[in-house]
Amino acid sequence: MASNPSSAAVRRTLLRQLVITDFKLRYQGSFLGYFWSLFKPMMMFGVLFVVFTYIIPTGKDVPHFPVYLLLGIVIWTFFIEATTMGLGSIVGRGDLIKKVSISKISIVISSILSAGVNLALNSIIVVIFMLFNGAEVNWLLVPFVPLLLIELIVFAIGLALILSALYVRFRDFAPIWEIILQVLFYATPIIYPFTLAFNAHPTIAQILALSPLTQIIQDLRMILITPATLTTHQVLPVVWSYVIPSVIVLSLITFGYLYFKKRSKYFVEDL
Amino acid sequence: MAKQLPRISVQHLSKEFKLPHERHSSLKSTILNFGQKKTYERFRALDDISFQVEEGEFFGIVGRNGSGKSTLLKLLANIYTPSGGKVNVNGRLTPFIELGVGFNPELTGRENIFLNGAILGLTQKEIESKYDEIVAFSELDRFMDQKLKNYSSGMQVRLAFSIAIQAHNDILLIDEVLAVGDANFQRKCYKVFKDIKKSGKTVVFVTHDMGAVQDFCDRALMIEDSKVIMIGKPREVALRYEMANLPGRSAGGNEPGSDRPENPAVKIDNVYVVGKNNKLQTVSQEDSFEISIDYTVNVPTEIQFNLFLTNQEGRYLCGINTTVALENFKPEKGSHTLTCHFDGGQLNKGEYTAAAAIYTYCKWPSNQKPELIDVFDVTYGENLPRIKVLDEPTYHSGMFNVKARWE
Repeated sequence: MASNPSSAAVRRTLLRQLVITDFKLRYQGSFLGYFWSLFKPMMMFGVLFVVFTYIIPTGKDVPHFPVYLLLGIVIWTFFIEATTMGLGSIVGRGDLIKKVSISKISIVISSILSAGVNLALNSIIVVIFMLFNGAEVNWLLVPFVPLLLIELIVFAIGLALILSALYVRFRDFAPIWEIILQVLFYATPIIYPFTLAFNAHPTIAQILALSPLTQIIQDLRMILITPATLTTHQVLPVVWSYVIPSVIVLSLITFGYLYFKKRSKYFVEDL
Repeated sequence: MAKQLPRISVQHLSKEFKLPHERHSSLKSTILNFGQKKTYERFRALDDISFQVEEGEFFGIVGRNGSGKSTLLKLLANIYTPSGGKVNVNGRLTPFIELGVGFNPELTGRENIFLNGAILGLTQKEIESKYDEIVAFSELDRFMDQKLKNYSSGMQVRLAFSIAIQAHNDILLIDEVLAVGDANFQRKCYKVFKDIKKSGKTVVFVTHDMGAVQDFCDRALMIEDSKVIMIGKPREVALRYEMANLPGRSAGGNEPGSDRPENPAVKIDNVYVVGKNNKLQTVSQEDSFEISIDYTVNVPTEIQFNLFLTNQEGRYLCGINTTVALENFKPEKGSHTLTCHFDGGQLNKGEYTAAAAIYTYCKWPSNQKPELIDVFDVTYGENLPRIKVLDEPTYHSGMFNVKARWE
């Protein structure tokens, strides 16, 4: 029928409205509003900067260490927000799912995009720091930045799909995921320079380098902050370094999609 | 043009819920119980349901609470996944199962229209183009920039209803949402339903209100104990529903299906109007008439009779029982006849149908519930006795000729 809009258009509208609503509601009734979402990573940045510059000066060899650190924190903040919000998204929207036929995947993706909105806003701060701190941008490689961000978002969506479906059945996954995040925080070179890890124990560093998070953060730093960044591709044989992180991301999104699709039929009954 | 596909086609649909005895909602209990056979009860909420709703039809679904009609509606709305069978929906469908799904009190009326519209499956463009109509219908123009939490509950309902009605898709699923809002708004809703009916939209309407079924529906389906009892004209379905839901019958463990109980202790052989033509008796308004029940006692039991009258629209008018008139009535084995005398002048012009049922004897209210023994009702269609009341010297109107005097 001609008057029937495509289901893609319907899903897009739903996604858009959910993200807008989420954004409007997040700082509803708070005096400083959006400022708070900036304040959190900035506070963490401030503390870590003081610690790693003056107390344990691990960052002294890294050029532009403040921006280097900030970029890592901003990406990491997105990852935490996206996956934790994604994890709770289906359970949190249980009222909707029980009452209307709604694209469930859109609900999960909307929470990732909400985190993405914050990432975009936080990036403004990163850019300001880059200007002040004089980052050495590799302009030739800048076109790869969007690709890396897409990889990050797809990675988060894959995880969120699995987590949200599991969380419907097993409420244990909220604390489990918190623990895993804690591990990942130290397994990813966010607060320490990756070179430090590599010099201390090359094998461990090589394993850590396989993580898509390490690969994404290090690549972004290498392109945007300083060519001195040690990336996954320098730590591992070239072929592996390109293949494994992307294989992890692609298999997560595929498995996540299939698992979510299978479970989503029974969300209404399991909720 | 070729005949259009049915808007909704349901084939052998069934839905089963697993009700676990102990819900494993934590990983620990799942791991601890791993390998053990999970114990759960299967609950069959719908069993082999088949029907079709044609283009432009106003289709009613009636049934008591717990009969499975809400499950059916949720399957049609694609909220539940069928356990067996198929639901084919041809066109876009708007559910009115609950109004204002996703409404957020912290958002303004305007923002809620966009959010709720998106949840109902509209696109951004559609919402934008329908926005003015939605606001106009809700009569809440002045409040659009206020937060929903400052709306009265009646205003919220109005807004929700306006969005849903403007979402106007090919098929509307309406669950009894009319019992909300003030009288004025209800009237408006009814007018809208009449308009929808005229505009040829396809509607599935779930209700307890037999009046509404007869006012709006072209066809109706009655569902009871997870099964379809009958699909037919609203008037017949309404009659059947009213009869199935008389006090007592609802309590019986074995709810009668469309079949009469087999080999009942007491069997109704015939119900007829006493007179020349015992299936259709024409009387003038002031005439009295009599209806007789022929019955055969196989096993002498204490019984009571119930005689029902329904009007042309299938509305249940009265049920005359023998509870007081024939106390502890226990007729002997054999065939008997019982006659009920109706005084003249009580009915207005029109055609009335009688039906009868026998129950086990007990006085109401008591702890016991009367159980159905036999029934002679709408299943016998043309065979039911009819009384046609001819003239109307009083020119009064309504369901009954209420005795009244002007002074």
